[in-house]
Amino acid sequence: MMGKHWTVVQVPAQAERLHALRSLVHEQATAYGFMPGCVDDLVLAVNEACMNVIQHGYRGAAGLLELGVSTSAEGIEFRIRDHAATVTLDDWRPRDLDDLRPGGLGVHFIRQIMDEVAYLPTPDGTGNLLSLKKHRPGRETAS
Amino acid sequence: MSGTVRQEGGYAIVCLDGEIDLHSSPEARKLILGCLQEGKPTLVDLASVAYIDSSGVASLVEGFQLARQRRLDFGLVGVSPAALNVLKLARLDKVFPLYASVRDRLG
Repeated sequence: MMGKHWTVVQVPAQAERLHALRSLVHEQATAYGFMPGCVDDLVLAVNEACMNVIQHGYRGAAGLLELGVSTSAEGIEFRIRDHAATVTLDDWRPRDLDDLRPGGLGVHFIRQIMDEVAYLPTPDGTGNLLSLKKHRPGRETAS
Repeated sequence: MSGTVRQEGGYAIVCLDGEIDLHSSPEARKLILGCLQEGKPTLVDLASVAYIDSSGVASLVEGFQLARQRRLDFGLVGVSPAALNVLKLARLDKVFPLYASVRDRLG
């Protein structure tokens, strides 16, 4: 996470750490100027991405999860780094919302809330680096 | 999150508050499914839920499905704005029976 200024926290990939990660997202998105409803959505989307790492990446095994946040004139970017098995967006399987079953909503939330979702190359070629971007309010219609 | 169960008018009222996430949703799931497994019609009070993620929503969906299998009444009560926003994102606000209050359902 070089170039832009990043605020980064690294935590064990455990469910009880999600609260702290959500607090960071809330704080940074609020400071950037997103409206409260949008802040809540961003908190949800980043939480879901971190949850995926814990549940489907490490599958309960010990591991580290790093969340970075960076802001610019264009918007806010979150990067989630893990050292689990490498995945691609093709591995994401959102469910049909008409198919009523308990799982599969997280990916739907992320795609619905974020403007850009991409896996970036990792520095050492292992694990994953997920980038989630939300454009500055008002920018969506300008671009 | 904290959760309590009380009985009212033949129903089990599961009251959840705080944050329902991957850490706490197993407890929410246990409370909801426990009431239904005992054969009780169940209302889940979400008035004091500050945050719910997909794992919490999954617990509600499981409850809804179990209630349907067992032909038991099931609904959500006083859904907080934060929880309602997430249910809308999942397009579940039209699936779950929603009531303003317990009294609204029990009369």
